[in-house]
Amino acid sequence: MKALSSYPIDGKFGKYGGRFVPEVLMAGVKELDDAYGQAKQDPTFCKELAYYLSEYAGRPTPLFYAENLTRKLDGAKIYLKREDLAHGGAHKINNTLGQALLAKRMGKKRVIAETGAGQHGVATAIACAALGLNAEVYMGTEDMKRQRLNVFRMKLLGAEVHPVESGSKTLKDSINEALRDWVTNLQTTYYLIGSVVGPHPYPTIVRDFQSVIGRELKEQIIQKEKRLPDALVACVGGGSNAIGTFYPFEDCPEVKFFGVEAAGEGIESNKHAASLGAGAEGVFHGMLTYVLQDNEGQIQNTHSISAGLDYPGVGPEHSFLKTLQRAVYVTATDEEAANAFQILSKEEGIIPALEPSHALAFAMKLARKMKRQEIIVVTLSGRGDKDVEVVADFLGVKI
Amino acid sequence: MSDIEKVFQKLKAQGDGALIGYVTGGDPEPRFTPVIAEALVKGGVDILEVGIPFSDPIADGPTIQAASVRALEAGTVPKMVLGMAGEIKRECGVPVVILTYFNPVFRMGLENFFRLASNCGVDGVVVPDLPVEEADDYCKAAGACGVYTIFLAAPSTSMERLRKIVGCTSGFLYLVSHFGVTGARESLEDSTVQLIKRVLPYTAGQVPLAVGFGVSKPEHVKCIIQSGADGVIVGSAFVKIVNRHQENASRMLEEIEKAACELKEASKRLG
Repeated sequence: MKALSSYPIDGKFGKYGGRFVPEVLMAGVKELDDAYGQAKQDPTFCKELAYYLSEYAGRPTPLFYAENLTRKLDGAKIYLKREDLAHGGAHKINNTLGQALLAKRMGKKRVIAETGAGQHGVATAIACAALGLNAEVYMGTEDMKRQRLNVFRMKLLGAEVHPVESGSKTLKDSINEALRDWVTNLQTTYYLIGSVVGPHPYPTIVRDFQSVIGRELKEQIIQKEKRLPDALVACVGGGSNAIGTFYPFEDCPEVKFFGVEAAGEGIESNKHAASLGAGAEGVFHGMLTYVLQDNEGQIQNTHSISAGLDYPGVGPEHSFLKTLQRAVYVTATDEEAANAFQILSKEEGIIPALEPSHALAFAMKLARKMKRQEIIVVTLSGRGDKDVEVVADFLGVKI
Repeated sequence: MSDIEKVFQKLKAQGDGALIGYVTGGDPEPRFTPVIAEALVKGGVDILEVGIPFSDPIADGPTIQAASVRALEAGTVPKMVLGMAGEIKRECGVPVVILTYFNPVFRMGLENFFRLASNCGVDGVVVPDLPVEEADDYCKAAGACGVYTIFLAAPSTSMERLRKIVGCTSGFLYLVSHFGVTGARESLEDSTVQLIKRVLPYTAGQVPLAVGFGVSKPEHVKCIIQSGADGVIVGSAFVKIVNRHQENASRMLEEIEKAACELKEASKRLG
């Protein structure tokens, strides 16, 4: 078998991935594949991206040793990769800057995107404002209600927000609507997808742009500890911050990977978003991957306290890593995430987003079982300001 | 010779185009589908296309999305739709093709799906989110059961791909008339006529060419057939009638038959 980092091969991670899209879009994904293939070889493009990542997005983000939390748990050392400190408050900007530069290079002035919690929509609006592109964001009306603040932020940033009324009115439906827009406006429009999902080459493009997380942390941990970490822990919805964290370590077998999915109210309650944990192989949003579906192949609705993990599919590379047992996928419930959210706030003075609170919840259990000289790195994919209202509500606190 | 080929050959000999009519299986309830099909055939539909409703129909506009929701809410499952197709074929005596997104087929298993489809007498299958690049196993399974694989071509399809698509296609080639999703439109784009003329040399002598997406009026049908296509596919225009008269079945069937009849008249080249 080839080195893991050399995948995808022909657009596939093993059998996962591929291009299951309407015929109209085949020309679009091919055009994108060609343009990206050229861009990543072009020193000017790479230099421009590096410039925006450092001067505009504030990279590199710190790798912070969470000493208080480590002391409290009395187990492995816990480091936090602080993506919450990137511009916009999440890792999403790594990808949107990369793809917006690609859109510009391809001569597409109109950029469309989908958003669930609004973080990717905001990051798209930011990148488009910075690069002089027009952003239009599809968002389910259910999510618009839950994340009013982000809707207004997108508008402030100059983006147009299209409410999506179809289906469950959440993330999966806004992807459906963005795909329908792309089918209609293929020639003029760039579809800026927000996670490592969709038809090839999107899972690869988004992974490559997010890999800056893992590359930086590799350098930082070697500098601080003179060795690689024992475990990497990241949350998985579509899975972009997790793949960005794991990818530069895929061929370092001594580094264990843990992806944490949302168990919502518990797997047995059927109100969760654990595609890898409780789903089955299926074809959805252009890719063959693990999908939450019923016996007839209809896609199921999901539930999570964190809108960013509320998605019934998962990036095909995660399905591949699961099948190979290179990564272990576990879950954390709404309640566990809300607890971790409070613990990190109190112990370290860092309010994490609810998405990485799932990763933290698992990392805290893991640390207790590991030795003191061992090292865990948790990717703190975003900050929690957006979630304060949701957590207060969950705890029954009026603010 | 298969039933689909017989239909195209007979119509060609008369100088007519084929009218292919679509209905979403189970919309608004499973019991409606066979009678809607009957009304379509009475009105003059030559080939029936029956859709398996899917939760996330990305190639469809609002009309068929809503039909899919109604059908799923009424408890429609893929096996039921295959059974309906069998019943329609027996009762109406026209070829029946199934339209489905790929996941329900994948979930059932390719062999199972095609065995069941073949047992029900299904003549062909259209899968709008399965490009030829991903279709090797699918084509093998269909071929083993004698079911036709109807692929789609689009305005963005390169001539090189078109050759490949025609090579994998049996029954007829489904040409998407414009950039966009399904749904009735006021007028046909000029580019549709040019598209048909561009594609015809590749299908001539290989497979019949049928044009769909946005085709809803007799003048659209006339124009497409006059441009040289062998058939037209009409979907959303019929589904709209189903939606409008859900509460009044006899009115629904009457209007469907009337609409089919007008479209059929327009498909007669020498008519």
